[in-house]
Amino acid sequence: MVREAFDRELRALEEEVVLLGEAVAEATLRAVDALRRKDAALAQRVDEDDEGINERWLALEERCLELLATQQPAAGDLRVLLAIVHIATDLERMGDHAAGVARLVLRIGDEPLIKPLIDIPRMADLAAGMLRDSLQAFLARDAAWARAVAARDDEVDALHDQVHRELFLLMIENPRTITQATYLMWASHGLERIADLVTNVCERVVFVATGTLEDLNPGRG
Amino acid sequence: MSEHVAPPVLSTRKFSLWYGSHQAVIEVDLDIAERQITAIIGPSGCGKSTLIRAFNRLNDLIPGVRTAGQILFRGEPLYGRGVDPVEVRRRIGMVFQKPNPFPKSVFENVAFGLRINGFRGDLKAKVEEALARAALLDEVKGDLHRKTGYDLSGGQQQRLCIARALAVDPEVLLMDEPCSALDPIATAKIEDLIRELASSVTVVIVTHNMQQAARVSDYTAFMLLGELVECGPTRELFTRPKDSRTEAYITGRFG
Repeated sequence: MVREAFDRELRALEEEVVLLGEAVAEATLRAVDALRRKDAALAQRVDEDDEGINERWLALEERCLELLATQQPAAGDLRVLLAIVHIATDLERMGDHAAGVARLVLRIGDEPLIKPLIDIPRMADLAAGMLRDSLQAFLARDAAWARAVAARDDEVDALHDQVHRELFLLMIENPRTITQATYLMWASHGLERIADLVTNVCERVVFVATGTLEDLNPGRG
Repeated sequence: MSEHVAPPVLSTRKFSLWYGSHQAVIEVDLDIAERQITAIIGPSGCGKSTLIRAFNRLNDLIPGVRTAGQILFRGEPLYGRGVDPVEVRRRIGMVFQKPNPFPKSVFENVAFGLRINGFRGDLKAKVEEALARAALLDEVKGDLHRKTGYDLSGGQQQRLCIARALAVDPEVLLMDEPCSALDPIATAKIEDLIRELASSVTVVIVTHNMQQAARVSDYTAFMLLGELVECGPTRELFTRPKDSRTEAYITGRFG
């Protein structure tokens, strides 16, 4: 009994969760690109594509459920399968945040940006990079790598605080910026949440690798 | 099992057993915790049935069997001089893979052990108590003397054998693949019963059904090629085994 079919399906599920993560990282970067360039058509596509991410998440969960019900995985296999279910759920929520950022572009409409966007794209780059690395750490079953990725959340948090401070100052100086500044705060918040959710993914990687659940983002995520 | 404060009911200390020149059990150190369910799992030929049989000296009857090391029952050597195997088997009962009722009435099946042990109390009450503990009384109450063990279904026969073992108030109940001849519903009934029995008796169950071990036991011991590879709380062993051989076995990579 070597469980070839089971192994194949488990590997396929791992690959699918990594591909889903790549789609979410891509959506995050495109949403912020659309925001930076005020590209409504791109924003529209990112928002529409989120439906596809949701469908893939549901399909993935269905396959996990089937494997749990029919194969009774245990030990390491069980931890991997459970991690896939958790990671896929976190990815779906990250996708929602990315779509939320994209929809802000549509809300801002033709209005010019109240400031050039510097830190928000940096947050998107950081969050997307963290997401990609967390999934590579998952494939590598590398707990140390996952912890290091989760630690990068502090940089995103610091940028988020900076963006807030800057936007507050703008609003105080010129109350007519309040509406758009609020949207930009939401965008920053969405990206900060994506990075928080990546720390959840990192926690699952540690769980798969070590069998222990560690809180890598105390009080958050 | 170090987390258990109570001393173990049964312990093996570097216990080995040979059938002629073949060593079936190799220096096993295992503690069986009181009123807990310990499952022994492992592939065919790993020595799990041999070990459980050693716990009530059933291997004594097999020619060419030799042992080394010790099995302690409440701290006393089980294989010591002057230990009466019949008394051992009263205090440590056994239920086998295939139900083996006697071709006698349900009542006599359960009363048998009591009679040979010279029981002098209320035989009827004791038999009914044992049948109730084995969750069989309600199904056979009107037919105690009319039906024989052979008139019962497979699952009922197995519960009858459990009642027969329980009638003499054993401290430990050994079960060697007790459900392997039963259908899923009869199996579920026995598993429920095993969980209930653990409040009053220590249970050691040998099973090749890993899901059964995971469902019913508090502790699981994994044996391979005569050796004890790993023993620990069942929930730990099935989620984060320490030994890669345990991992390979319970995830179905071999066996």
